[in-house]
Amino acid sequence: MEMNVPGVTDAELHELRQSVFLSTLEQLKGWARSNSLWPMTFGLACCAIEMMGVGSSHYDLDRFGSFFRTSPRQSDVMIVSGTVTKKMAPILRRLYDQMPEPKWVIAMGSCATAGGPYVYSYSVVKGVDQIVPVDVYIPGCPPNPAALIYGIHKLKEKIRYEAKTGKRVM
Amino acid sequence: MDKNELTRLKKEAAEKAKAAAIKRRQEKERQASESGQDLELAKKKAAAAAKAKAAAAARAKAKAASTEKKEEESSVEPSPNEPLLQRYIQIIERQVGTDSYEEYYINRLSKDVPTILAKPHTYMDIAQVLKQQLHFDFLAELHGTDFETHIEVYVYLCSLQNGQSVVLKVKLDRDNPMIPSLVPLWKGADWPECEAYDLIGIKFSGHPNLKRILLGEDWIGYPLRKDYKPHDEGV
Amino acid sequence: MLRTEEMLLNVGPQHPSTHGVFRLVIKIEGEIIKEATPVIGYLHRGTEKLAENLQYTQIIPYTDRMDYLAAMTNNYVLCHAVETMANITVPDRAEYLRVITMELGRIASHLVWWGTYLLDLGATSPFLYAFREREMIINLLNELCGARLTFNYMRVGGVKWDAPDGWLEKVAEFIPYMREQLHGYHQLVTGNEIFLNRVKGVGTYTREEAIAYSLSGANLRCTGVKRDLRKDEPYSIYNRFSFGVPTREAGDAWSRYECRMEEIEESLKILEQAVAQFPSDGPILAKVPKIIKPPKGEAFIRIESPRGEIGCYIASDGKKEPYRLKFRRPSFYNLQILPKLLEGENMANLIAILGAIDIVLGEVDG
Repeated sequence: MEMNVPGVTDAELHELRQSVFLSTLEQLKGWARSNSLWPMTFGLACCAIEMMGVGSSHYDLDRFGSFFRTSPRQSDVMIVSGTVTKKMAPILRRLYDQMPEPKWVIAMGSCATAGGPYVYSYSVVKGVDQIVPVDVYIPGCPPNPAALIYGIHKLKEKIRYEAKTGKRVM
Repeated sequence: MDKNELTRLKKEAAEKAKAAAIKRRQEKERQASESGQDLELAKKKAAAAAKAKAAAAARAKAKAASTEKKEEESSVEPSPNEPLLQRYIQIIERQVGTDSYEEYYINRLSKDVPTILAKPHTYMDIAQVLKQQLHFDFLAELHGTDFETHIEVYVYLCSLQNGQSVVLKVKLDRDNPMIPSLVPLWKGADWPECEAYDLIGIKFSGHPNLKRILLGEDWIGYPLRKDYKPHDEGV
Repeated sequence: MLRTEEMLLNVGPQHPSTHGVFRLVIKIEGEIIKEATPVIGYLHRGTEKLAENLQYTQIIPYTDRMDYLAAMTNNYVLCHAVETMANITVPDRAEYLRVITMELGRIASHLVWWGTYLLDLGATSPFLYAFREREMIINLLNELCGARLTFNYMRVGGVKWDAPDGWLEKVAEFIPYMREQLHGYHQLVTGNEIFLNRVKGVGTYTREEAIAYSLSGANLRCTGVKRDLRKDEPYSIYNRFSFGVPTREAGDAWSRYECRMEEIEESLKILEQAVAQFPSDGPILAKVPKIIKPPKGEAFIRIESPRGEIGCYIASDGKKEPYRLKFRRPSFYNLQILPKLLEGENMANLIAILGAIDIVLGEVDG
């Protein structure tokens, strides 16, 4: 980038280029948010065990800046890990409403995505996107912990992209 | 040590069975010598079997096969649990009455478990006898099944001290399934009865806290009935 | 003047220590619980209704998702029930594979329980250790059947996949490793005084109560009842192995802990013998028709899962789908005693009591 600042020597300009980084505030926010995604421990069913696996020693989600929070008020991403039943749906919505903005939702596993193997069941909601807006869908029954990490990275990518371009990714 | 205990238990059980068999034989002989009571008993049994057969045929449902099968197979090789069943029936007849049950048989498909089909009004009495006289202290399972013509309650009881099990069943009217609760006898029947109420719609009278435990109070219909239609399809 | 008044407190369904979507409505007076009402059903998925429209082989994946910590035992109980009804003899090699996978699953399940229970009580590192070892078991099972959690491994009449080359050796290597780790666990946790204070004498019930409430598994054995279906009503090939049934007399959370930890050791013993006796070749699947149709009738078969007696009731009308399928889910029965245990207890003991019962919500709700 060209900077026409009078009275600045070439050496100083070089120094400036080395140490000053210009960006928009939006992008800065996106960068900060995407690197400290705090998911809520919202274990519903089988996928919750894999979510626990992500947080434990072998896969270690902490190294990506994601810590599990136990309260919706402290978290900014909800990982819906498991089957959402009709009895659970209002509570899920309520927890989502309790989360502070900005917030994102990851639908982990086929049950949360579209009902999965329980799609014909009388008591299961066919996809969590009927209740809350979903940002990332992760297939699998249950998805491998590595797949969940991939999903979280995809969400990071999305947050940064939206901040950079100002477009909404649906 | 475990092995020793096992063999000891086995021996005990065998002895018990033997003693019971001898007792029965003696009784039979005595009865035979006294009068034609023996004959009457046999007649009654045959009648019961015939009744059961007729009923089963009329209903043309799952259970028919097992009764008929048992009759076919029992001529080949009697079940090891047959003496046990006879003993239970004897005690029940003595305590509750000879016409307290609809039928009894050994369920060959289910590891030879003795099965007693009670009548709705004697269900509680038979359960009481099983608990108090025969020491079936552990309720392993309780659930209901919708057989379209009737609703059946299936109770699987175990005796931890004797290592025996028995099945108590009862057929209920499908339109108004009502049966006394087993909670006073086995506290473990609490939630299973709630579940049966929730999913099949069987009402257990005398249950301390009968509620729709799984689906919630505002659910419409009983999902495990065969004619259940979901009221909110597509959600 | 200071006074306490009654207060209603809602725990769950989103609570990290309820291990799923379990809700407790408790009435407290100060620190003392007056009344506790469990609310379940937040994960009721209607497996039994779905099964009525599925063939027997198609139901097996659904059983995986019931008790998802020990999916192998669930697989087995369904297959065993159908096999008993249809009178199918399972080949030896398949039985050994089944026992090995089931016992591995039992260890993995107890490890998850151990880790999360201590996490609930405030110790963070045991969770990491437990999951490290569990990951090894999961990898072993993954190698066998390609899934980490929902294995779908067993079939009516045998198992789906044979052990790959070198798999048994890996299992054999795992056994001494696990023994060593178990020793480490005891050193890390078992003697810890804070832990002992939190679990000893907490959530106590008597043998009579345990039987009356239909408890099973370690919840029953902790009161001194020596009942294990693997021993009492031997199924599969369990009568070929020598192993003990750990029992305790006290009936508190601590004795449940001890029972489960010892069960891991006993499972390792079974694994050791099973690996040694493993038949070198033979079929892994009996000759069964492609569409299995058990005879008309009904059967109720129980086996010992890590959580207690799991049972499967099948009413068949001779068709390829069951007329009615019902599972006796041990967690569902074990949880019944909770309101009684919590009454009059200190608030801080709630988690210690609930965790010691070892529930899986997928199983409680069915």
